[in-house]
Amino acid sequence: MGSPHPRFTSNEGVIERVRTALGDRLIDALEHVGEIKLIVKREAIADALRLLRDTPGLEYQQLMEIAGVDHPDREERFEVVYCMLSLTRNHRLHVHVATDEEKPVPSVTALWPVAGWLEREVYDLYGVLFDGNPDLRRIITDYGFQGHPLRKDFPMTGYVELRYSEADKRVVYEPVKLAQDFRTFEFLSPWEGAKYVLPGDEKASPQAPGAPSPVKADEVKK
Amino acid sequence: MAEPVNSDIVEQRLGRPTYDPDYPGIPHGDPRYGTTVDKPEEGDTKIANYTVNFGPQHPAAHGVLRLVLELDGEIVERVDPHVGLLHRGTEKLIEAKPYLQNIPYFDRLDYCSPMCMEHSFVLAIEKLLGLEVPIRAQYLRVFFAELTRIMNHMLNLGSHIMDVGAMTPNLWLFEIREDTLNFYERASGARMHANYFRPGGVHQDVPLKLLTDIGDWLDTRLPRLFEDAISLVADNRIFKQRNVDIGVVSKEDAIAWGFSGPMIRAAGVPWDLRKSQPYDVYDRMKFDVPVGTRGDCYDRFMVRVEEVRQSARIMKQCLQEMPEGPVLTMDRKVAPPRRADMKQSMEALIHHFKLYTEGFHVPAGEVYVATESPKGEFGVYLVADGTNKPYRCKIRPTGFSHLQAMDFMMKGHMLADTTAILSAIDIVFGEVDR
Repeated sequence: MGSPHPRFTSNEGVIERVRTALGDRLIDALEHVGEIKLIVKREAIADALRLLRDTPGLEYQQLMEIAGVDHPDREERFEVVYCMLSLTRNHRLHVHVATDEEKPVPSVTALWPVAGWLEREVYDLYGVLFDGNPDLRRIITDYGFQGHPLRKDFPMTGYVELRYSEADKRVVYEPVKLAQDFRTFEFLSPWEGAKYVLPGDEKASPQAPGAPSPVKADEVKK
Repeated sequence: MAEPVNSDIVEQRLGRPTYDPDYPGIPHGDPRYGTTVDKPEEGDTKIANYTVNFGPQHPAAHGVLRLVLELDGEIVERVDPHVGLLHRGTEKLIEAKPYLQNIPYFDRLDYCSPMCMEHSFVLAIEKLLGLEVPIRAQYLRVFFAELTRIMNHMLNLGSHIMDVGAMTPNLWLFEIREDTLNFYERASGARMHANYFRPGGVHQDVPLKLLTDIGDWLDTRLPRLFEDAISLVADNRIFKQRNVDIGVVSKEDAIAWGFSGPMIRAAGVPWDLRKSQPYDVYDRMKFDVPVGTRGDCYDRFMVRVEEVRQSARIMKQCLQEMPEGPVLTMDRKVAPPRRADMKQSMEALIHHFKLYTEGFHVPAGEVYVATESPKGEFGVYLVADGTNKPYRCKIRPTGFSHLQAMDFMMKGHMLADTTAILSAIDIVFGEVDR
């Protein structure tokens, strides 16, 4: 039966058609859990999306979403993901490009006006630059905000907090003060190989790791 | 570190065009305005455009929306919506919590239709896990998603009517909304922020009395109140004057601007994710998809009116067909055991402990799952890295794309039409700003 997720038309033959249409603009095409992921050269993204929209047999007319993802361990740390929808063929796929803080991604505002705000949002939250977007202002964060909050190295609590100052009769910004530390929990079980010294275990002599657990949760056959 | 906002920075962020002091109404250097007009002849009157702030605190702004309107007399020349005043960093918070603890954040996105927000998220998790869901749970999810649709449309239709000047229907529609909130409470324990859907089903089964009560309500109270309220406005002359031919959007524009839901259907595109990409048991449901002909605010209103009737029809089918059975997957690595089992079984106790501390692990992968929320396509782009927390969860709000089209829909309309167009978009800022 499988999971009850939204079921669009099958992926059969789509990757081949995309390969023919995009040619060397395409770096790789993958299929995972029923979703097609295309990795495209950054310089060619606008061209590639235009081809995906206009090539008969592909016809991804709608750009539904542009998402940013931050992978600080990669050389080009940001990934920009374009989620495409075909109304006529009832199919979805997503197109990925990689970039970093400096290299701009060509804007697709000329193809879809909706890209204007979607690119602004990725710029605001990740600091990815879009070449050709006529209105690349911040959109989600506060006026005068500094930094890009969804980067993995931006702290959850941010750097500033604001309050209404009765003395100044206006809202003032101050460095953030926390009553308690932000609590994160490490959920790796010690017998699955935690790399750190367990709290309270500092004086214990190092031991060999225990036997591996027979089956992990994500390996159980469903 | 951010410094205190000073007005210069604000001006810079707003990106206001520079002004010629001689002609304060005519912006320079903004390509959207074309070139500047010639110097006026002698005897001409110099007219300056007004720039008006609409919101952020305005009863017709449906939340905290700031619109910077540029007016030529009473004609709107340009709209610059400023969003983000309700930004709470939901996507950042989601990255720091196990999957199960993230469901309440989705209630708080579009707080007018909480369960539909949860729906996308749990379907995305299930898709990555490849998890089967018991059939009764799928029926219950469809049932409550449609109840949520009615709940959402009651608020939107009512406030739309009120924004163009009528008071009574809103009060009557709120009666219905109040009923739906009570049903929410009886199913989940909470009137609004239900936290009811789970990866693998729903949190708990509903009592039979609740289902029979909703059945009675669908047969009697809902149609009576709803049809009464709508009969006051649907053919009302003033209501039509305020809505017909206001904010017309063509099919092509609706597609290019990323419209979805009632907005794209009103433009004449018969596109409903419940029909075209059915999830849960929507493929078993018989319902019609209303489509507009002109793409104006009146069409959007009437599409929603008909959707309420169709939702009631789907709910009745669910009541007729819903089988008995479990409401949550029996996979103990994802869903906790029943409390009674925990008193007897050591294994159940361990599962419960593990699930409520560590949570379940989701295999690495990326999915984009979108459902038909009452407002349109509500999507979740979920990146899992194999741990118990999402690596990235991008929420695709419906109203974001619609609100972006405000500038293009408003151009050339009167100032008073702002509220009609805004209400017909059906925006909620919990969702737009995240």
